Amino acid sequence: MTALVVSRILQGLGVMLAMSLIVFVGVYAIGDPVEILINPDADQATRAEVTRSLGLDRPVWEQYGLFLFNALQGDLGRSFVFNMPAIELILERMPATLELAIAATLLAVLLGIPLGLVAGMKPASRTGRTIMAGSILGFSLPTFWVGLLLILVFSIWLGWLPSFGQGETVDVLGIPVSFLTADGLAHLILPALNLALFKLALLIRLTRAGVKEVMPQDYIRFARAKGLTGRRIIGLHVLKNILIPIVTVIGIEFGSVVAFAVVTESIFNWPGMGKLIIESIYMLDRPVIVAYLMVIVVLFVVINLVVDLLYSALDPRVRLKAMPA
Amino acid sequence: MTDMSVGRQSAKTKPGAPRPRSQLADFAAQFAESRAAVIGLVVLAVMVLAAIFAPLIAPQDPYDLASLSILDARLPPGTESMNGYVFWLGTDGLGRDLFSAILYGLRISLAVGVMSAVFALIIGTSLGLTGAYFGRRLDAVIMRLVDLQMSFPPILVALILLAVLGRGVEKTMIALIVVQWAYYARTVRATALAERSKEYMDAARCLRLGHIQILTRHLLPNCLPPLMVVLTVQMAHAVTLEATLSFLGVGLPETQPSLGLLIANGFRYLINGTYWISIFPGIALLVVILSINLVGDQLRDMLNPRLNR
Repeated sequence: MTALVVSRILQGLGVMLAMSLIVFVGVYAIGDPVEILINPDADQATRAEVTRSLGLDRPVWEQYGLFLFNALQGDLGRSFVFNMPAIELILERMPATLELAIAATLLAVLLGIPLGLVAGMKPASRTGRTIMAGSILGFSLPTFWVGLLLILVFSIWLGWLPSFGQGETVDVLGIPVSFLTADGLAHLILPALNLALFKLALLIRLTRAGVKEVMPQDYIRFARAKGLTGRRIIGLHVLKNILIPIVTVIGIEFGSVVAFAVVTESIFNWPGMGKLIIESIYMLDRPVIVAYLMVIVVLFVVINLVVDLLYSALDPRVRLKAMPA
Repeated sequence: MTDMSVGRQSAKTKPGAPRPRSQLADFAAQFAESRAAVIGLVVLAVMVLAAIFAPLIAPQDPYDLASLSILDARLPPGTESMNGYVFWLGTDGLGRDLFSAILYGLRISLAVGVMSAVFALIIGTSLGLTGAYFGRRLDAVIMRLVDLQMSFPPILVALILLAVLGRGVEKTMIALIVVQWAYYARTVRATALAERSKEYMDAARCLRLGHIQILTRHLLPNCLPPLMVVLTVQMAHAVTLEATLSFLGVGLPETQPSLGLLIANGFRYLINGTYWISIFPGIALLVVILSINLVGDQLRDMLNPRLNR
């Protein structure tokens, strides 16, 4: 197990190094941030001064070398726009994104698995068909458009829920969270629902497919023959056997929920790191773009590792060996 | 090796030659078993035709600034314009007929989505197929790339790429191709690995056919069915992703407004209840994606051997 963890971490570091190089060189080619940052009327001397103070006058490899050296010390550069360390800026916004992502994942799991079970047990019934039709719709609806619809219906027409920002927050261990205040919770519902929709559709289909595969198995028939109740068969025999792919997908998809939060955050003005990255792209704030990517890579390496470990914990048949890197 | 086989090629029977018609009819009949899929296909065909002939159908050229009047801005659906025709879907913030704008937007969205999916198909298939055929090192390198690519969500990769490249039609297409090729590579590789050990492949090798000929005329045709499923699914993804990127303001430029950009422009007016500018392009987008997905669903069910009972 230790070997697995170590090898995965090494792999992750390799990926990070490759990504940092690709992104750094790529971002370097975007354009000149100096043009955006300073007054167009500024003279040549001011221009040169700003360029030097940002370190933009040095050759690319030197900038990259400096960047790597600093990155190893946890310093991913300063944001041109906010004039504060990029990594701090991102870490400051991360809790809001994670809160949104976790809320969305919970919604998807709590609604998706029961609906999937129903659709799988009674595939031919009206309910089953309706659920499946709904899931196709969930797949096809573009996230951002659903966001607009939610705002239109629940905020503008009905006036039930706020559509803007995080609302009132409470500090938990120094991190501001929304879900503990009534106002914050009201602000959380629409974006979380928006973000959950695609995963919800995915989980419904996955659960249904699992149930359809497990139901004709001998051990289910045997359990029936033993006279077990339907509830016990589902809870014990069906759920246990379909849980492995579901847990994997929830884990892997958590990363994509964080990524898709970019869209939801932009629509609902949720102050997370996704909104930050979009703003940074507009402003050509290179250090923030690079730092965001680094943070995301770390996040993904961690998520994948956790999923692998969970996998082997859930299914005794799977005993992972350290894969050659 | 290749030049030797050229002369023989015509005399040999070709496994890759078009299949007899009865099979095609079978295929159509099987496809038609799902009414939803048929409806999807018909709707899709109508949308594609509408997109192709947009300049002929649209009552107004939305990019001809001379024909726009700011007095027509934000008229609700069904309003009659001053020169007599009716804005069935209303007008946007610049006084553009929304119906015309949607037709033109559909054209751009579909073109970008379909073309990038096809390019990704070509690149991904070539890489996956060569990897599976030659195996070893090449295969390992390609599959590592696929793994790396697929460990990040497409939206993120596309976003970062466009952050680097800037906005533009070609740039958006490059981003879409980069995030999609891996799906084709993985699919075709899995099929090709299974096909590689079959007898007809041994036969082709015994005939000392050239690598390229074996790959394109023998291996590829037998790997096509699953690829078609991936292609339909990926087309829907490409259209959605492009719309999302354009909505975020990093995809297509303002001069070539796709459906995503139309929706983004309408977002500004949504707050004061001017819903149609965002909602109608959104419905058009939804209908396209939904119909592609319905077709794709049926194709997948038809080609899934586990469901053929």
